[in-house]
Amino acid sequence: MEPLTLNSQTQALFSAALQAKLDAKVAKYETRRASILEVLHLIMEEKGHIALEDEKNVAQYLSIPPIDVREVMTFYTLYYDKPKAKTRFNVCRTLACHLTGGDELLKYLEEKLGIHEGQMSKDGKCSLKTVECLGACEIAPMMQINDHEYAGNLTKEKIDELLKRVKCEA
Amino acid sequence: MEKLISKYFVPGKTFWVDEYIAGGGYEAARSVFEKFDAKGLIDEVKKSNLRGLGGAGFPAGMKWSLVPQTTGKPVYLVVNGDEGEPGTFKDKYIFRHAPHLLLEGMMIAAYANNVHKAYIYIRGEYVDEYRTMARALDEAYAKGFLGKKIFGKDFDLEIVLHRGAGAYICGEETGLLESLEGKKGFPRLKPPFPAVVGLFGCPTVINNVETLSYLRFIVERGADWFAKLGSEKNGGLRLFSVSGHVKKPGVYELPLGIPLKEIIYDHAGGIRNDRKLKAVVPGGLSAAILRSDEIEVGMDFDQLRAKGTMAGSAGVMVFDETTCMVSALHVTMRFYAHESCGQCSPCREGTGWVHKILQRIVEGRGRIEDLNNLLDICSFMGGTTICALADGAAMPLRSYPEKFRAEFEDFIRSGKSIVTPKAKELVSHH
Repeated sequence: MEPLTLNSQTQALFSAALQAKLDAKVAKYETRRASILEVLHLIMEEKGHIALEDEKNVAQYLSIPPIDVREVMTFYTLYYDKPKAKTRFNVCRTLACHLTGGDELLKYLEEKLGIHEGQMSKDGKCSLKTVECLGACEIAPMMQINDHEYAGNLTKEKIDELLKRVKCEA
Repeated sequence: MEKLISKYFVPGKTFWVDEYIAGGGYEAARSVFEKFDAKGLIDEVKKSNLRGLGGAGFPAGMKWSLVPQTTGKPVYLVVNGDEGEPGTFKDKYIFRHAPHLLLEGMMIAAYANNVHKAYIYIRGEYVDEYRTMARALDEAYAKGFLGKKIFGKDFDLEIVLHRGAGAYICGEETGLLESLEGKKGFPRLKPPFPAVVGLFGCPTVINNVETLSYLRFIVERGADWFAKLGSEKNGGLRLFSVSGHVKKPGVYELPLGIPLKEIIYDHAGGIRNDRKLKAVVPGGLSAAILRSDEIEVGMDFDQLRAKGTMAGSAGVMVFDETTCMVSALHVTMRFYAHESCGQCSPCREGTGWVHKILQRIVEGRGRIEDLNNLLDICSFMGGTTICALADGAAMPLRSYPEKFRAEFEDFIRSGKSIVTPKAKELVSHH
């Protein structure tokens, strides 16, 4: 990450539509700062990731030092500071998934995608990472696709089908 | 057996507002204004023996009675829906199927504690559940159940939905408050407790999703009825999340105090492939492990504590005889090393060292003195930190080697698992 400095610009920080969404959200909180997690979520929903420019804009928008935005972005795991892959696989590696064969399925996914956990394919089509418990142990082994869809009771066959569906095979 | 919350858990279905009302929904919240004054309602909840079902088990009515009402500051209600304790997935079902049951519980809690502003903190990964709650919230506002003068009474209540962003530590209630104030989730030193100094420096009630969702039933049918459903001082039913090597993993709503054995064999269908049971985590990852000969225990806060473990979040994870305890502990401690927030050195360093030592052992390079080193680290991690994450890590760290010492020693000596020869090849090196 590059060092951060406050923007000196005075023009609008965000598009009018996004700005309206953010303003509505901020108004619900006692302090502007308290809304930061939601503000970052809304920016990601709109733009996919939070670019350095937007990180600075958030600081200015909430009237807090840029380092405070950086601190929040790096403390939590769900914020992307770089463009993300088209299809993202977040494989759970915690106990219930471990007990039900998750480790083996992770290896299988690595082979099928041709990348290791923590990596993105060169063409940016897919990425693979391991995550801690997603609160879905009843469908272990499981993973989350595109930070949203829970796919559970995974087997090699089911992974094959999923990969066909999202066109992610290496 | 009667279901309360879980009668709403119909696969693929959400009980939206009209259907919820048709089933008697929101009558309890409406009735509290006539039936009780605030103190009377707190006494009723005390009498019900409703415990904090997020994991701590603190008596809910008692928690409410600690909130000072004369500070001149507003009192906040915060719903802990961060549901991060591995092995626990019950709040997700409430969000998904019965969002209005939670909202109704919040109204009841708000009335008891003189709250006019409440927040629901929902874990960031629960994207669909967040959308479900957002829609339910809109419905409740549209019906006049929230906002100014709810149910036409002289009582205002605003509820704000707030997403977390991926951090186990934000399930710890003061970490959650920091996060809700827009900061990284570093837990706060206590006292002062959040009841007195909580959100934005104001008195704050923090309750788990499930705890609040039982309030409707207590108001409808009385504290005595509720108390009798459970065991001594542990009122009512509870949602047990059952996973691991059982035939039917899922959420089971059962009386507090039910023997663990019944949960596993009568409700969750017994062990997969009819194998033998080896061990059980009874209350979420942070609970001490039980051996297969310890499953007669009653599943309530007090009986499990007497057995040296805890009821915690009621996340029951079942291990069959093919489970390698060394690998299971490695995976467990990797979790704490990843999720330690880094504020206190015994936890930040301790969880990291423990993970590294266990990584070495599962890779076949363990040394016999590693076992005592693990226990040494364990003894300085517990009770030396601001929050209970390190204490939670210490529970499995102490109990696995204590109860399966021979298996740990054998793994270290031979460099591989006696039960799962493949364990070594599957170790992640990242």
